[in-house]
Amino acid sequence: MTILTFTLAIFGTSILAGLLGALTGLGGGVVVVPVLALLFHVDLRYAIGASLVSVIATSSGAASAYVREGFSNIRIGMFLEIATTLGALIGAYLTAVVSTKAIGIVFGIVLLYSAISSFRGKHDDVPPQHTGGLADRLRLEGEYPTEHGLQAYVAQRVPAGFGIMFLAGGLSGLLGIGSGAVKVLAMDQAMRLPFKVSTTTSNFMIGVTAAASAGIYISRGYIMPSLAMPVMLGVLGGSLIGSRILIRASVSTLRMIFALVIVVLGVEMIYSSLTGKL
Amino acid sequence: MTEHIHKHAPTAEQDERLEAAIAVLLRIGVIAAAVLVAIGGVLVLRHPEAPVPNYRVFHAPGEPSSAISIHTSIRSILAVFRHLYHHGSGAGIIALGLLILIATPIARVAFAVVGFARERDTLYTVISLIVLAILAFSLVHGG
Repeated sequence: MTILTFTLAIFGTSILAGLLGALTGLGGGVVVVPVLALLFHVDLRYAIGASLVSVIATSSGAASAYVREGFSNIRIGMFLEIATTLGALIGAYLTAVVSTKAIGIVFGIVLLYSAISSFRGKHDDVPPQHTGGLADRLRLEGEYPTEHGLQAYVAQRVPAGFGIMFLAGGLSGLLGIGSGAVKVLAMDQAMRLPFKVSTTTSNFMIGVTAAASAGIYISRGYIMPSLAMPVMLGVLGGSLIGSRILIRASVSTLRMIFALVIVVLGVEMIYSSLTGKL
Repeated sequence: MTEHIHKHAPTAEQDERLEAAIAVLLRIGVIAAAVLVAIGGVLVLRHPEAPVPNYRVFHAPGEPSSAISIHTSIRSILAVFRHLYHHGSGAGIIALGLLILIATPIARVAFAVVGFARERDTLYTVISLIVLAILAFSLVHGG
């Protein structure tokens, strides 16, 4: 294989990964890493390095669109970024300590969890109001547009959300992914924020979280420019196409198919790690 | 409740302006990075028949040092990029694009620090400064 065919093959698969990541709402990184490792036999550390770069690109690229819609909450995002960036630092440090086998197994588990979480219904009940706790002192509140006008919301169970965010950051740093599924878990399930606010704020946070691992990845040599190039451009392009499709079409069938693909990747990832093929 | 909303109404408006400015910053960063990466990619593929670099086996750059100081790790990041630059101009330009990409969310946080400070929101100025400090620590201590 020449460098041209290899780069084009990686570029094509990365477009698909970005598309899949956008349509399932899981992000391109979670798809591109197992594909690079399992299909192209790229060392896991180079794969997570290339993925991390594409995660920063998609997060920053999509955030500029979300901000205009008025869903993302910059204060809640900034406060929780303390947890995710600290977690990411530790996760990125761990990549040098933990074996690739263990990283592969953790990755497989995250894939399986993500696939399940993409099926979870969006609850859009009336958001809970002030409880006078930490959320009030930190002003973790806001308003978002609904069919009935602006709806106010206040974050609940802040320490639990902060803790899960720390875990999300750790996984992001260890696996080179955005770990959007875990971030949404923290905001949607623990903090009871409206679903739209959770997903868009999560996307907003992913780039900053990933940047916290990037410095460590660079100096460790995980980021190979000639590999990161087709991955970044492909995933970015694919996710832009994916978000266009999302606006126009109902994607429940597609989502089902893609979730199955992610389950297969997760199982394969765990199997390859256990049998030492990774 | 209404009193509460009134108290925060001007802040919400300022927040919106801050978010709009951040959106523009993010878009510029991503577009600049993507263009540089694409240009570098074209240069790398100047020799389309070249063999694929070996990504199957991981090679750490230089020798891992047990003592990580601020000085040595900044130098190690620079050394990685200097090496890439000399290795081929294509890879060097891609690396520059990637650096701009990584700098974009960091600039976003720095932007928020200034924005919150101008809103005289001490709490969130401090919170975003903490995030910025963690990011700076990663870049400086990475290694």
